Amino acid sequence: MYDAGKIIIGLIIFFVLITFPIWYNMASGEALDVPELEKAAKGEQCVRDTDYMTTNHMDLLNEWRDQVVRDGERYETGPDGVTYERSLSKTCLDCHVNKDKFCDRCHNYAAVDPYCWDCHIDSKELQ
Amino acid sequence: MSINRRKFMKLTGLTAIGLAVGTTPKICSGISSRPQGLQGSETGKRLAMVIDLRKCVGVGECDDCIKACHFSHNVPDFGNPKDEIKWIWKESFEHAFHEQEHAYLDESLKHAPALVLCNHCDNPPCVRVCPTQATWKREKDGIVMMDWHRCIGCRYCIVACPYGSRSFNWRDPRPFIKEINPDFPTRTRGVVEKCTFCEERLARDLQPACVDACKEKAMFFGDLEDPGSEIRKLLSENFSIRRKPGLGTQPEVYYIV
Repeated sequence: MYDAGKIIIGLIIFFVLITFPIWYNMASGEALDVPELEKAAKGEQCVRDTDYMTTNHMDLLNEWRDQVVRDGERYETGPDGVTYERSLSKTCLDCHVNKDKFCDRCHNYAAVDPYCWDCHIDSKELQ
Repeated sequence: MSINRRKFMKLTGLTAIGLAVGTTPKICSGISSRPQGLQGSETGKRLAMVIDLRKCVGVGECDDCIKACHFSHNVPDFGNPKDEIKWIWKESFEHAFHEQEHAYLDESLKHAPALVLCNHCDNPPCVRVCPTQATWKREKDGIVMMDWHRCIGCRYCIVACPYGSRSFNWRDPRPFIKEINPDFPTRTRGVVEKCTFCEERLARDLQPACVDACKEKAMFFGDLEDPGSEIRKLLSENFSIRRKPGLGTQPEVYYIV
């Protein structure tokens, strides 16, 4: 190989640069700080168990959206016999009172940008 | 295998009987208390509105219904007619009912404002053209619904609607909403919107916002399939017209003039 030294050094610099976000986050410890989410202000039980909600809340919300808008089925009775409205801004935010310390904090960490709040309104943010 | 004439005639006859029997229940299930030619819904319910234009005469600048509707649905006001979003608005009689207009029309009627909104047609052309089914006719009560999650902003429905009942959000509407009603979502840029007969209020057993807000009691809302309903009574006792009936869209907003 001609100019092996130059090429290898170049490759090393290239890999260091391209993996910069990974090792920078590891070194700074930022990525290891899993955001702490605020506990629900009230309500003993969520509409589903916590594990399911953590991983699948977006599917549940999509399901609710279709049931409410397409089929007009606005209410649901949980296994504990409590009936609640399928509503993001009413039911979810009723217990998780701080959107910025619950929804936004984790979405920012995971770098996802759901468009729920482009239309739906957090009434507390209005004030 | 050979088949003689006698056998062939027998088979043809049996097939014809079979087809006739198969289709009969379908035809019979469509029978409802509505006049022939109008579709009955599965649940025997067809929501409609009656507006008594005689009561809108001489009330001046009254726009309680428009204000109530536009507040409760977060309808923005861009302040220019090009971007205008409207769910219910006033139109002059000759514009709203140009088929009925003539030079010698009663002056008070001619200058009376006619309230116009989505007609929630029985045969809605907007639904037929929507490529994503973001707008559809609800089976249970005939409301022509909007699903803003699904709307891709192609505006076919705006072109298809002969009543101009649909508006497009050319800009982000949120900064232009005077007072936000937190109980109803806003829309985003690139979405079409229109009246939904206050489907969210009907779910809570309330009347549409415009009907509730009308001090003159000029607006009525109810079930056309129910022969005892207030609107059926009004329609049977008064002369009423609809907008552009000749197009065959079967509008379900009736006007008493």
